[in-house]
Amino acid sequence: MAAPLSVEVEFGGGAELLFDGVKKHQVTLPGQEEPWDIRNLLVWIKKNLLKERPELFIQGDSVRPGILVLINDADWELLGELDYQLQDQDSILFISTLHGSRMGAGSTW
Amino acid sequence: MPAPQCASCHEARAALRRPRSGQALCATCFCTAFEAEVLHTVVAGRLLPPGAVVAVGASGGKDSTVLAHVLRELAPRLGISLHLVAVDEGIGGYRDAALAAVRRQAARWELPLTVVAYAELFGGWTMDAVARSTAGSGRSRSCCTFCGVLRRRALEEGARRVAATHVVTGHNADDMAETVLMNFLRGDAGRLARGGGLGSPGEGGALPRCRPLQLASQKEVVLYAHFRRLDYFSEECVYAPEAFRGHARELLKLLEAARPSAVLDLVHSAERLALAPAARPPPPGACSRCGALASRALCQACALLDGLNRGRPRLAIGKGRRGLDEEGPPGGRGSHSRPDPRLRSPSPASRDSSSPLGSDDVGVRGRL
Repeated sequence: MAAPLSVEVEFGGGAELLFDGVKKHQVTLPGQEEPWDIRNLLVWIKKNLLKERPELFIQGDSVRPGILVLINDADWELLGELDYQLQDQDSILFISTLHGSRMGAGSTW
Repeated sequence: MPAPQCASCHEARAALRRPRSGQALCATCFCTAFEAEVLHTVVAGRLLPPGAVVAVGASGGKDSTVLAHVLRELAPRLGISLHLVAVDEGIGGYRDAALAAVRRQAARWELPLTVVAYAELFGGWTMDAVARSTAGSGRSRSCCTFCGVLRRRALEEGARRVAATHVVTGHNADDMAETVLMNFLRGDAGRLARGGGLGSPGEGGALPRCRPLQLASQKEVVLYAHFRRLDYFSEECVYAPEAFRGHARELLKLLEAARPSAVLDLVHSAERLALAPAARPPPPGACSRCGALASRALCQACALLDGLNRGRPRLAIGKGRRGLDEEGPPGGRGSHSRPDPRLRSPSPASRDSSSPLGSDDVGVRGRL
C-alpha cells in the first residue's frame, strides 16, 4: 500500500521531444496498492506523459538502452535501478544519449 | 538503499559508478577524474604540444561541448590556444539551432568562432540539396555518407583559415566502437587498419587530427556535461534515421548491456589489428583535382561532388568508390606540398573533356 507521492520528473538530452518538449514535470502519483518504484513510475509515465513513439523511451519494463536515469542527481545503478522505492520530493531525470549528428561513413582517420 | 560514499573524498555521496573500474565517485571527484584523464590522453600521446593552435570542431552537441569545455580548462596547463570551428552543412532547421548553441558557447567561453558553410565551399551543395539529389536513388542513407566526407573537408578548411596547427573533434569511445563495427560490416579493411590509434599524424599536407575524448565512454561524457551544467544542443539530425550508423549503435547498446567493457574492448581490438599483406591498401597519393590525400585518382570529396554534379550521385559511394574519370591508382604527382585549393587545377589530365557539362562544371569551379 503506497501513499500518494509528489515527485519531479525531468527529461533531457533530447528525450524531452517525446514529451511535447517539456523538460520538467511536477507529478503527483496517486496512492495505490503497489509500491511506487521506478518500474511502476515508468508504467505511469508511459500512460500519462509520453506523447509519441514509446519505443524510443521504454523497452520492456525498463528504459531503452542509451537513456540514463539519475535519481536526486545520482546514477540509478547505485540505487537499485527499477527497484528503487520513490520518496516524496524525489527528482528523477532521464537523459537521452542517443541523439546527434555523428552519422557518417566510417572514419577516414 | 542509499548511495554509497564517494571512494575518493569519502565525504560526499557517490553519484555514479565508473564503468571501467566500478569505482563509486561523487560528482565533483568524477569531473576531476574525467578532466585528469583527458589531460593524460593528450600529454601521454603528445597530441597537442605547447604552442599548438587548436581548431575545435564544434557542432553544439554534447561531445564537442564537453571537449571545448575541458580543453579550455586545460589550455593554460598545456600551453595551447583554442579556436572553435563550426560547420554549416545547410540542413534547414536543425543546423541553425545547433549553430545558435555554438554561438552562445563562444560568447560564454570567450573563444573565437569561425563558421564554414558547405554552400560556400562546395559550389552550392548544401546537405538539403544533396538529400534531394540522392533521394530516389535507392539508397537514401547515402546522403549521410556525403556529409561525413564533406564535413571533414570543411573542418580542415576552417582550421586553415584560423591558422591552426591541430584539429580536434569530440569523438568518444562509443563513436569509435561504432565505427569499428561499421567498417567490419562493410568489409572496409583499409579503414579498419587505420581506425586504431589516437589520431592521424597529418599525411599529405593535412593537419594533424586527434580525438582527446576517444577513451571516454559516451555515458560519462553525458554525465560530465550534466554535472558541469553545460548547455548543449541535442536534437537528432533530420537525416540521421537513415544512416547506417544507427544500426551499429543499436547493436553496440545491446552488447554493452551484456558486457559493459565491450565498447572500449572493441576500440582496443581495432588498434591491435594487423592486416594480411594482400589486404593492405596501397600507400595514398594526392587527389588529381585538389591535391588532398587520396587512395585513388580523386579524393573522396572530389569524387562525391563529381557524382552530384553529373546528376549521378550514387557513382562515388559504395565499395568500389570510383568516380567517372578515374583511371586507377594515383599517378606520379608528388604530394610534397598541398596545392592551394583555391587555385583551379590547371592540369589538362584533371579536366574531363568528354564531360557533357564542360568546364562550367560547378564541382570543378568550387573551392575544395
